[in-house]
Amino acid sequence: MTKGKIKGITSNLLQIEVDGPVAQNEICYVQQDQKELMAEVIKINGNIAYAQLFEAGTGLQFGNEVRFSGELLEVWLGPGILSRNYDGLQNDLEAMPGTFIQSGEQSPALDLKAQYHFKPLATVGKKYRAGDFLGEVMEQHLSHKIMVPFKLKGELELIRINEEGDYAVADEMAQLKDEEGNIHSVLMYQKWPVKWPIKAYQDKLRPGEIFQTGLRVIDSLNPMAIGGTAYIPGAFGTGKTVLQQAIAKNNQADVVILVACGERANEVVEIFHSFPNLEDIRTGRKLKEKTTIVCNTSNMPVAAREASVYVGMTMAEYYRSMGHKVLLLADSTSRWAQALREMSNRMEELPGTDAFPVELPAVIANFYSRAGIVELNNGEFGSVTFLGTVSPAGGNFKEPVTESTAKVARCFYALSQKRADAKRYPAIDPLQSYSRYLDYPEFQKFSAETLESTWVEKVQRAKEILSKGIEARDQISILGDDSVPIDYHEDFWKSELIDFAFIQQDSFDDIDMNSSLERQSFVLNRVLEVSDRAIEFADFNEVSRFYKQLINLFKQMNYSEFQSEAFQGFNRQLDEQFEKTLAHES
Amino acid sequence: MKAKAFQPIYTSITALTKATVSLKAKNVQYDELAWVDGRTAQVIKVDGDQVSLQVFSGTEGLGTNAEVIFSGAAPTLNLSPLLAGRYFNAFGQPIDHKDEVKGKKQALKGSTVNPVRRQLPSELLATGIAGIDLNNTLVTGQKIPFFADPDQPYNQVLAEVAMRAETDRIILGGMGISHDDFLMFKNSFAESGASDKIISYINTSEDPPLERLLIPDQVCTTAEYFAYEKNEKVLVLLTDMTLYADALAIVSNKMDQIPSKDSMPGSLYSDLARIYEKAVQFPEGGSITIIAVTTLNDGDITHAIPDNTGYITEGQLYLKRDPDTGLTVIDPFRSLSRLKQNVIGVKTREDHPQVMNTMVRLYADAAEARSKKENGFDLNEYDQRCLDFAKDYARDLLDVEINIGIDEMLDRGWHLMSKYFKPFELGLKQQLIDNYWPN
Repeated sequence: MTKGKIKGITSNLLQIEVDGPVAQNEICYVQQDQKELMAEVIKINGNIAYAQLFEAGTGLQFGNEVRFSGELLEVWLGPGILSRNYDGLQNDLEAMPGTFIQSGEQSPALDLKAQYHFKPLATVGKKYRAGDFLGEVMEQHLSHKIMVPFKLKGELELIRINEEGDYAVADEMAQLKDEEGNIHSVLMYQKWPVKWPIKAYQDKLRPGEIFQTGLRVIDSLNPMAIGGTAYIPGAFGTGKTVLQQAIAKNNQADVVILVACGERANEVVEIFHSFPNLEDIRTGRKLKEKTTIVCNTSNMPVAAREASVYVGMTMAEYYRSMGHKVLLLADSTSRWAQALREMSNRMEELPGTDAFPVELPAVIANFYSRAGIVELNNGEFGSVTFLGTVSPAGGNFKEPVTESTAKVARCFYALSQKRADAKRYPAIDPLQSYSRYLDYPEFQKFSAETLESTWVEKVQRAKEILSKGIEARDQISILGDDSVPIDYHEDFWKSELIDFAFIQQDSFDDIDMNSSLERQSFVLNRVLEVSDRAIEFADFNEVSRFYKQLINLFKQMNYSEFQSEAFQGFNRQLDEQFEKTLAHES
Repeated sequence: MKAKAFQPIYTSITALTKATVSLKAKNVQYDELAWVDGRTAQVIKVDGDQVSLQVFSGTEGLGTNAEVIFSGAAPTLNLSPLLAGRYFNAFGQPIDHKDEVKGKKQALKGSTVNPVRRQLPSELLATGIAGIDLNNTLVTGQKIPFFADPDQPYNQVLAEVAMRAETDRIILGGMGISHDDFLMFKNSFAESGASDKIISYINTSEDPPLERLLIPDQVCTTAEYFAYEKNEKVLVLLTDMTLYADALAIVSNKMDQIPSKDSMPGSLYSDLARIYEKAVQFPEGGSITIIAVTTLNDGDITHAIPDNTGYITEGQLYLKRDPDTGLTVIDPFRSLSRLKQNVIGVKTREDHPQVMNTMVRLYADAAEARSKKENGFDLNEYDQRCLDFAKDYARDLLDVEINIGIDEMLDRGWHLMSKYFKPFELGLKQQLIDNYWPN
């Protein structure tokens, strides 16, 4: 293996004189006292390799020896990933003994001695390709497939496979013979470089199905798609993290991977604290069982921020290859971009906008493109749905990270300070936000089949009422209540009705916090139908009184179990309200 | 800072800037402490046998033949319970005419707390100030800055908060504060009678600006010692973080680094986070709470310093002058404590959240009524009551001089609400009204 010696140090950028071949992104280890500090090669010039250290450089000196590993930054993929808490380099945080993380401290990502019950799914003598299922084990009630290692190429013949039984993660499960006759051993785990997308599938498809989050303003008005991408930009204090955590709690995914990248440690502590006790709405099991946290908080090594998002993505792709529905959340991608900026600056590269490296848009685009829904070799489907947050400097969206993300992410959730101040939660602005999936024919086909044929038109109609309401509100506040035609008041209150009855949702209420698609479609239809009915009002006070009563009934409905007696009672009262008002008129 | 036996002394500096010197030297460590003609310096770059040092007090008058001695290690601090009650400069040297403190040597840039070993901060930190305890409740292990304009009495309020907070230990880090403010802190510590629980690291505006870069590390290392090893509830005060960030910008500029927004170094977020994230609640009971000051330019919170700070800290407090009474209050509208929901109504009385929100809403109604009046509109009877309420609210609760417990704040709140309003006007939960509405 290649060896080297440190020639230069600037913060965590090392210049290493090497005695042999080195690869871009190769991992090397700096020897310091009894420790080994991990670094990644990011540039090579002659016999000098530039490496970013995943630690602070304190105490390193000229001449320290460096050992090159011959490997890229890789993650361990195997049963035992779920419900673990990793750092940005996939060290198991729970397995580190001390209160403080010591420099150079490492811990294994998987427990190689842990036993799992293996069931073979493949036949000896048959040919298989990378990613094909050879067997399965149960990981926390999720079927975890043992696959042909992704690194193997071509058609391989299965020459041996274990019988059903209990085996350790490090045990050999099967043997494969490649086209040249070499024998490859298949363990329960494999390793894969984080910067390479796992492509052990037939095809990537266009997303079309709704990825349910239980939030009406997302699922109905601006839907995320299974295998889709979305981003939430917002200044500090607008509730990005809270929203992302709400989605982490109320979704239909089989696996959730949460990457806390360069954010507050106490926020992660809150997840550690609450997730073991919260229930997964889909299975009724504990949320923690399907969740993996990758945590590189703002005071942890800056260079590992980039690694942390890739580690998260690679684990997500791994579970996708098994045919699972994976949700990947990253908070915040801006911190990762800042880490790239710091390094590019130390390398004295010519900067792009706001001193970010010029390749930033390409890096972001490549990363978002790793999400998606795929058809596996066996015809099953797996997906990675990705939602990232962006923290724009000064809350100004005209900055490189937000702009680059806007070009690749298909859904955009705008958090509105105004809505947050007015306690209208979730504070997602329904009009400024968008979902490109609404325009996809795949989505229109899906919604027509599962919801109703005119679903997309109904969503657009709700948005029209909302935007008309804003215009009316502006006119009323300029001209005064008395000086505008009564239609303006009606337009305004119809939009308030959609806001209060449909968009706002009480995340502290056990029933309202999560709304099924069926229920969402019922309420949306009801709201639209109600606002289509014509009523003659005598004056503007009557308009607001009437709609406030409707809003109250809808809210009571939202708080009641769907289709329960109470729910239907309030639903009936809606009609009675109309009859009363109409009778009053005549 | 004397050379030990056989330790080489270098005397040929090859390059000098206002803040750095470069020379050829061997076996030098990154971040190592050194002395240049007796001035404290630190290694900031190693390039082959060329070493660059940052000289904290500046390089004025240094010759190319200045004597450079390396200490062999990164900066350390002597930790001991004897630090209590003492005043030090940025290098940890006493400035109170007393002896140096002996103790355990500890490297200044400490390790990171493993996030899975952190405890969820949920212990109330009472200050007696209603603008904080009632509206923006703090918890131990939280980090929060005052965003203040230069003309506001932020250091006085900070001293006031520190003196009243129920903590075992207070550690003050003064960065570029005026000598007058330093004496103000000193006097109020002495007057409080609690000066033996306070430790101060002070860099005033008279001291070289780069020296203040060492203050947060001194403060946080000391705080970690008392919080982790002694299980104490430690309150850290850092003022003024804007001047700290300015010093960072100077160094990065002298190092020819490309500046990002507002001429700040691209690493500003990480540099600030490294300090603020020292705030922690340890499972063994000790904690570090950080209250900082970030001065603003003309109230601009989109500037890189307050902006990055806001993304890191758990809320922010604003001072303002109450328009009716002229009293200094904590602004109930813009201030925010992100961790308050961990305690309000849970560790405090059940009526806390609703009473807090209702009174802030009424104070907002009063502000609206005031602007209505200023624009020449007539006030209705409700507007008038809101204005009267706001005056009492500022005088009996918000005034930062008032020092009362949270139950008393809530009782005063109920009294004020009942003085001016009927229950149906407030939208409070009926059960709370039944229990607390004064008859």
